Amino acid sequence: MLKTFSIGGIHPAENKLSADSAIQVLPIPQMVSIPIAQHIGAPATPVVKKNDQVKVGQLIAKSSGFVSANIHSSVSGTVFKIDAIVDGTGFRRTAIIIKVDGDEWMEEIDRSEDLLKEITASKEEIIKKIADAGIVGLGGATFPAHVKLSVPPGKTAEVLIINAVECEPYLTSDHRVMLEKGDEVLVGTQILMKALDVKRAIVGIENNKPDAIAHLTKLAANYQGIEICPLKTQYPQGGEKQLIAATIKREVPSGALPIEVGAVVQNVGTSLAVYEAVQKNKPLIERVATITGKSLQNPSNWKFRIGTPVHDLIDAAGGLPEDTGKVIGGGPMMGKALSNLEVPLTKGSSGLLLLPREEAIRKDSKNCIRCGKCVSVCPMGLEPFLLMVLAEKKNYERLEKDAVMDCIECGSCSFTCPANRPLLDYIRLGKGRVGQIMRSRK
Amino acid sequence: MNTKVLVAPSPHVHSGDTIQKNMYGVVFAMLPALVFSFVYFGMGAIIVTLTAVASCYLFEYTIQKYLLKGEPTINDGSALITGMLLAFNVPANLPIWIIIIGALVAIGIGKMTFGGLGNNVFNPALVGRVFLLISFPVQMTSWPKPLGFSTSYFDAETAATPLALIKEGLKKGEALSSLMPHVPSNMDMFLGNMGGSMGEIAGAALILGLFYMLAKKIISWHIPITILATVAIFSGILHLANPEAYAGPMFQLLSGGLLLGAIFMATDYVTSPMSNKGMIIYGIGIGFLTVIIRAFGAYPEGVSFAILIMNAFVPLINAYIKPKRFGEKRK
Amino acid sequence: MSIIVITILALCAIGVTSAIILYFVAQKFKVYEDPRIDEVEEALPAANCGGCGYPGCRGFAEALVKADNIDNFLCPVGGAPVMAHVGAILGHEVKAAEPTVAVVRCNGTCENRPKTNSYDGAASCSIAASLYGGETGCQFGCLGLGECVDACNFDAMYMDEETGLPVIDEDKCVSCGACVKACPNDIIELRKKGPKSRRIFVSCVNKDKGAVAKKACSVACIGCGKCVKECPFDAITLENNLAYIDYNKCRLCRKCVVVCPTHAIHELNFPPRKEKPVAADTKTVKPVVSPKAQTEAKTNDSKEETSDNK
Repeated sequence: MLKTFSIGGIHPAENKLSADSAIQVLPIPQMVSIPIAQHIGAPATPVVKKNDQVKVGQLIAKSSGFVSANIHSSVSGTVFKIDAIVDGTGFRRTAIIIKVDGDEWMEEIDRSEDLLKEITASKEEIIKKIADAGIVGLGGATFPAHVKLSVPPGKTAEVLIINAVECEPYLTSDHRVMLEKGDEVLVGTQILMKALDVKRAIVGIENNKPDAIAHLTKLAANYQGIEICPLKTQYPQGGEKQLIAATIKREVPSGALPIEVGAVVQNVGTSLAVYEAVQKNKPLIERVATITGKSLQNPSNWKFRIGTPVHDLIDAAGGLPEDTGKVIGGGPMMGKALSNLEVPLTKGSSGLLLLPREEAIRKDSKNCIRCGKCVSVCPMGLEPFLLMVLAEKKNYERLEKDAVMDCIECGSCSFTCPANRPLLDYIRLGKGRVGQIMRSRK
Repeated sequence: MNTKVLVAPSPHVHSGDTIQKNMYGVVFAMLPALVFSFVYFGMGAIIVTLTAVASCYLFEYTIQKYLLKGEPTINDGSALITGMLLAFNVPANLPIWIIIIGALVAIGIGKMTFGGLGNNVFNPALVGRVFLLISFPVQMTSWPKPLGFSTSYFDAETAATPLALIKEGLKKGEALSSLMPHVPSNMDMFLGNMGGSMGEIAGAALILGLFYMLAKKIISWHIPITILATVAIFSGILHLANPEAYAGPMFQLLSGGLLLGAIFMATDYVTSPMSNKGMIIYGIGIGFLTVIIRAFGAYPEGVSFAILIMNAFVPLINAYIKPKRFGEKRK
Repeated sequence: MSIIVITILALCAIGVTSAIILYFVAQKFKVYEDPRIDEVEEALPAANCGGCGYPGCRGFAEALVKADNIDNFLCPVGGAPVMAHVGAILGHEVKAAEPTVAVVRCNGTCENRPKTNSYDGAASCSIAASLYGGETGCQFGCLGLGECVDACNFDAMYMDEETGLPVIDEDKCVSCGACVKACPNDIIELRKKGPKSRRIFVSCVNKDKGAVAKKACSVACIGCGKCVKECPFDAITLENNLAYIDYNKCRLCRKCVVVCPTHAIHELNFPPRKEKPVAADTKTVKPVVSPKAQTEAKTNDSKEETSDNK
């Protein structure tokens, strides 16, 4: 019996169309727009101005607090302007727009493909390099990586968990990274272990990726302390708390961070970025994303420069299909629908999904028939039907009491609801309001 | 692209599950029992079923369209279920006008007064059934003998249910051991060869339906299994305490509408609790009340009343029995 | 016969016993309440709209009785007369408050502000607003999902199917502010009703730079500042590329309306300008003015206005 988490969970159609497509390199666009807020936390502060010359890997916006991240230029060229553009969040926000000219890299970046296994940097140096490189969680949450690695005083990390679950349907970028950059990922894992002072790391992979499990298990024999843990395929196993429950059978208490149970979770893509930052001095300027969709000509995986517009990626995969109804940044369960195709790809872009119109359009919602399916699938043990009603009625006190803040917004409830009720829409709204109220109380 | 892109909050995909699929799944699960009743009662069963279903549809449509002035939602299949369940719960030779009254009460009072599907507190079919049972006790308790397929409707021979046989006998002061030879054997009851309401007689067919619904994940095991287990355990205790006054668990499980109630009536989405823990409490309550009514009450049969009583407790159960939260501190 | 007597006696005995128990229980659990609360509640309109910020009229009455000074309290439904009455009950002097009315500050009709995508989520402005910038290029304007209409307890609002914008019925609006609170984009404002309900306001809340705003919506305020220069009373301020008219300073001269290049400044309930029959079209109760009519009016206006100024 394979391990998995015990409360709730669903199994949406996997549709991993691009699993067998090797990672290709996306051509550098003529213009990139690099938002200064690509992470959770304070937006970075631009340190370049209009008409400045920048090189690949040059710092263009500085972290503006502890929970913030540096932003580097992903191309070489001239800063065209610093202006508000509509980014992946759907709002108009500040971005640094760079006109590309050639491809000149900063000298200190090692661009060779050699595998550097020897970890020479000390614990402090590692964390500093990760912070300098602007690495954020690449699973989609984009939480600055160095913050998670700085274990608060009084707490100790016992185990590092590498999130290679990729539980979102359609997405395959982590899968390809594991297959093609397995050694780099494992060295990155060892670097993270050193930074955290832990002797044990678990790589959690769902068993719908048997080739990745086999490949990493073979490689992991050469690395001390890394276990590969196959998991039963179940959504939302990629959720931090669910992954911890699945791999080490510990439940992170409500409102607490994983460090409370001695665990730190990092994404497999983050692990690769950490390897490149520490061993090769390469800041986070490119990453791998999946472009996929049932009507798309060529579902595939691409390494792209941060700031590349979405339509470049779509064109590379064969152009926008006629029947496209929705363009989603990320996976179908938690991704964000994009309002236009000029939006830049950012650090958090793990994929791009083009849904046909018939599939994307929502069905009319009906009366709740109280079937309780949302309750049985909720991985946090909440009562979505109740939270939705409370949010609609603006009853924030009871929302808080019924633990709306525990919601991880995985969407299992809305996915399952036979009456097509927009459960998560309202719960998310209520969660936002309750969050505001709780913050203002402090 | 000629049309504008859609933007909506996540999730962007849906399981494709609909109310209709669930409702028609339940209907499909009822088919074996329906076929059994046709075989045993013949024309009568067909007429009763058609009347009940047609009048439920008619009343639902009329009320939604003309009284509530809304868009009729009769396609969701819930009226079909109510109609079939109502038919299952009445004798196969019930006069047609009584069935129509039952349908009116079931849909009109049991469902629409609360605001339609999703808002009713009590199982509509049971409301209709209990209303008929109280208003027309004679017609509602003269069950035709399951003689095999016959085309006659009114002149069928009548037969008491096994439970009624025992209740009557015990009232006269006879001992259970002397009554048992007169009731059908367990095997007969399992295969439906006994007197009773149209859909309740064939235990085997009902259990087939249960397996179908469990396999299709239309319902979870919690409610039916806890009801049956509670009845078995509790009646077993009574039986052990006084074998001359209380029948054994196997008899209790197969007789009356227990299987029908546990599998199709108590599991109604709208009127059962939402959380697994709540469902278990609800199931235990129904099982317990059923045995109490059967053993000590005036009526020989208690499932309908037990379910209706527990329906009333569902809001309370939902309010106080919460599912186990992730990361909640264990006491 | 005796049965009847016994029945009557028994009933009497039960009644008396119950009455005695009730009396003592009532004494025991008596809660003192200021009788003025009832009086004040009586004076309030009993709309229970929550516009005052308290849970219903009873809650408002309790707060009023408790307060030392009721100047900062206002029943938006009853307005000044009701507050004067309340003041009389409580023995406070009450200043007369100016009547206000809700105003929708967005004219982004389907025609003026073309859609760039279509929203398919739950029909709630709050949800759409927290998700993204909206269906059009303007992320400040009306989202058109009618949360304000749902919030209105007085049937004073409806969504105009054609324009996709909410419309306020001035006669029914009691200025309770429920719509103001409901709107996630802060489009609706309570403004001074003005003499004969005449008002002038900037019907736009877009804070983007002029070019971006203009591209998103043809009637957006582009922050050009012409109205600020034109206003003889310093009533107009420009902040974040957006003009705002202070209704306390505005003297309703309508000069700003004429100079606005995007017709973002609206005038309501004014008589048609002299010698300009075309301008009669602008006299409308709806805040949404047909852009065509206005353009025509404008061309005439500007000529006239310039000559007037000389």
